[in-house]
Amino acid sequence: MSALENAEEPAPGEPLLDGRLIGEVLSEALRRGGDFAEVYAEDRRGSSAVFEDGKVSELSSGTDRGAGIRVVSGGTTGFAHVPDLTEAGLMEAARVASAVARSGSGEPERLVAVGEAPSGVRKAKWLPGEVPKQTQVELLRRADAEARGAGGSIRQVVVSYAGSRRRFVVASSDGVLAADDQVRTRLGVSCVALGDGGFQTAYETVAQTAGFEIFDEVTPEEIARVAADRALVKLAARPAPRGATVVVLAPGSGGVLFHEACGHGLEADHIAKGSSVFAGRIGEAVASPLVTLVDDGAFDRGWGSCDFDDEGQPASRSVLVQDGVLTDYMWDRLRARTEHRSSSGNGRRQSYRHLPMVRMTNTYVLPGAEDPEEVIAQTPKGVYVRKLGGGQVNTVTGDFVFGMTEAYLIENGAVGEPLRDANLIGNGPEVLRNVDVVASDFGIEPGTCGKDGQLAPVGCGQPTLRVTEVTIGGTSSG
Amino acid sequence: MGRGEGALAARKQLVDMPAGGRSEAVRPELLGIAEQLVAASPSEEEVEVFISRSRGTSIRAYRGEVESLESSEISGAGVRVVIDGRQGFSYAASLDEALLLAALEDARDNARFATPDEHAGLPAPDGASVAPVDGWSNELATFSIEDKVAMALQVESRVRGGDPRITEVPFADYEDAMIEEAVVSTLGICASARRNWCSVSVQAIASGMDSSATSTGFSVSRDPALLNIDRAVRDALERSVRLLGARPVRSGQFSIVMDARVTAALLAVIAGALSGERAHRGQSFLEGRSGERIAGDLVSIVEDPTNPAALGASSYDAEGLACRRHVLVADGVLEGFVYDTYASRLARGQAAGNDSQAAGSDRLVAGSDRFAAGSAVRSGFSTAPVAGCRAISFQPGDMTFDQVLERVHTGLFVQSVTGIHSGVNPVSGDFSVGAEGLMIRGGSLAEPVRKVTIASTLQRMLQSVLVVGGELEWLPGPAAGQPLAIADLSVSGS
Repeated sequence: MSALENAEEPAPGEPLLDGRLIGEVLSEALRRGGDFAEVYAEDRRGSSAVFEDGKVSELSSGTDRGAGIRVVSGGTTGFAHVPDLTEAGLMEAARVASAVARSGSGEPERLVAVGEAPSGVRKAKWLPGEVPKQTQVELLRRADAEARGAGGSIRQVVVSYAGSRRRFVVASSDGVLAADDQVRTRLGVSCVALGDGGFQTAYETVAQTAGFEIFDEVTPEEIARVAADRALVKLAARPAPRGATVVVLAPGSGGVLFHEACGHGLEADHIAKGSSVFAGRIGEAVASPLVTLVDDGAFDRGWGSCDFDDEGQPASRSVLVQDGVLTDYMWDRLRARTEHRSSSGNGRRQSYRHLPMVRMTNTYVLPGAEDPEEVIAQTPKGVYVRKLGGGQVNTVTGDFVFGMTEAYLIENGAVGEPLRDANLIGNGPEVLRNVDVVASDFGIEPGTCGKDGQLAPVGCGQPTLRVTEVTIGGTSSG
Repeated sequence: MGRGEGALAARKQLVDMPAGGRSEAVRPELLGIAEQLVAASPSEEEVEVFISRSRGTSIRAYRGEVESLESSEISGAGVRVVIDGRQGFSYAASLDEALLLAALEDARDNARFATPDEHAGLPAPDGASVAPVDGWSNELATFSIEDKVAMALQVESRVRGGDPRITEVPFADYEDAMIEEAVVSTLGICASARRNWCSVSVQAIASGMDSSATSTGFSVSRDPALLNIDRAVRDALERSVRLLGARPVRSGQFSIVMDARVTAALLAVIAGALSGERAHRGQSFLEGRSGERIAGDLVSIVEDPTNPAALGASSYDAEGLACRRHVLVADGVLEGFVYDTYASRLARGQAAGNDSQAAGSDRLVAGSDRFAAGSAVRSGFSTAPVAGCRAISFQPGDMTFDQVLERVHTGLFVQSVTGIHSGVNPVSGDFSVGAEGLMIRGGSLAEPVRKVTIASTLQRMLQSVLVVGGELEWLPGPAAGQPLAIADLSVSGS
């Protein structure tokens, strides 16, 4: 693949803020006192294209650049942001953020080592800003043609592509200085099929922290074919059953179960405020011994991956549950500070307009030993979920739902009739204990996680596994 | 369980453009910036510039202290260009002149790659009368930071001390935003507005009976003096404490009564299916059903952004046309959909095609008002407008909440639902969500219920409405809510 030069892309290595300005802004932020100050400057560019109803309906592009400044004084955080990176704007934001300071030394603990910013190594080979628009359009056209060619029952196809590049530098008064350059690329295909039972829908996506080169490995035709075939299969779907059932989850698709069942409950802010069923349970068995759960911001090209988190901490792999025993929570700098420990690299923010908070990156269950085909063969009756949609959790009770968008009945150890969409509901601690088989395969899928009004790209993964009891929210009592 | 079903949804609400006639002494600055950009375009292209600027405060109280105080300013512009039936879009999160010019250039370049579409194009002013909706409160604009902090602290302390079973108050927030917007086009569209809103929202955790439960309370208003803090506090307390000891109920078919918040969430999904763009592109379970009985006799659905009581009320839509009232469902019959300019042209084109095939049809469709634009919404300057609702409601009946419970007699009261985004499909109509609430026995609320799902299809639910309650509440987001009783849902529990 060749890449075109685009004059609008900033040169790699060009700093967003120079060291002198960083020092002045941090000093201003601490002028009235305060224990900690941080400046986060970001430049984001994105482009997207949509192919709908047989047409290129829209190409879109945009730029967003600015900085957020926070000052921590005792238990209070002040935060202000500005939509530019000018000295005047940054100094004014520093003054506004510092209004909360009532205590603290007001002196940087360590001066920032100017010019030594460790920077993430950008692995993307083909930047979104360098992808010719005609190439984007061609990608969409290929996906559309494949989906429409899958059968006459396909009534509507929407294909969307989005590429983004996000550069940031973050510096704080305790000497942290880091920069990262994150490139993300996504292609989604959504199909509507019409049959005797009405409309059915299906969606498939590929999304990675990487550049346009991902389409060397995954073709738009593959994604489109999966989406179209899924919609067509569902035309024969019968209403899902209701009541408790055994569920076998296909690799990757079930990762959202762990994201909801325990991921959110292991975020240190929920722990600190008692809004998690997992508070105070380190060292206890919280899951089946077959379950080892990690959060891994360094997972190669994962949708939730980075080199540095949004507080300048290197991405790392944290073991949260080891052989069923709860080993640790996830931490950002603020929560880690109060516990006198280090951040686990889980401080994330949607943009410079948002305060960082504890967030998952790529959260997944490690593979076990069983043969995946045997898992189904040894299940006399249940539901096989090949694709899950989103989910939602009440961290206080641990109750969570997750939606199935491609599922089948299992009868006598074989995959049978397809089922219509429904949510499944369970309780985190109960479901973790009810995992009774974990297979040796693995898959991971991209998602968008919403917390406290902020969105973040995340990965969710697991091998084929079986849960002995989950409540399925269908309508069929038979 | 995010915070602020309240404030967050309100923040996403769209352009609110008070009456053009109500001129302010000073010509709005944003209008000038937009006009300048539009004026630089050659005559063969249609250009639309949408500019917004929002300033806001967000305060979180925790254990008697201010946990965080955020001050924000967001401004930017979205530019749409249409050349020979091809549309391109670009945005810049800045009002810097050079970046705005670059965005215009980029939108123009993006347009070159779109497929020509006979229905693409910007609207011209259509002469529809403009409702005078004033979304601005001077009381809020002058509300002091000290008073805002005091309000957040007061809410936190009242909830924390409001009941011995309350063990934690993870957040108690005050938030506000002051928003200015302008849209100008080469076809003569020129509208501007400013609006502001403030909110309090609070989450309570209750513990007892070997269980924990949580809920939120909130209030949103344009005027801080009209924020109903008592109501926010009472909701957070009552709605969490009454769920203590909740358990799954035995699976079966139940009549349900939805809380106003749940009704509004259901209606927001139905609003998506009432988008003319979706309906005319095979992406709605209501496609092709105009004129048919899609709901029970009791059901009428109206989209009315000209009603000043609605939080989404607005004089102008996101394309700068007058907002107008639409009866979408009348006594169970589907009357129509909501349209932006593109969807309106698409619908007229399809109707004209159908009419020419059906010779002898006396319906004068092409000129019919039922395809009128004026319902464009946008989620900010970074996206192009689409057809959508901003103030949709079930026409209220006259029963109070207690009367609705009496009428249903036995069933499940649904206080909150989860997984609407993962379990409700506005194309197939499948409906399956997690639910918490209380049983209804003998016409009164009884024991609490959690970890169940309720399931049906949107088609069947609309046909099975038993009671549309009174007590209509305008909530954040595009939809209002009130108690709503529906027969025969499948409840999956123990």
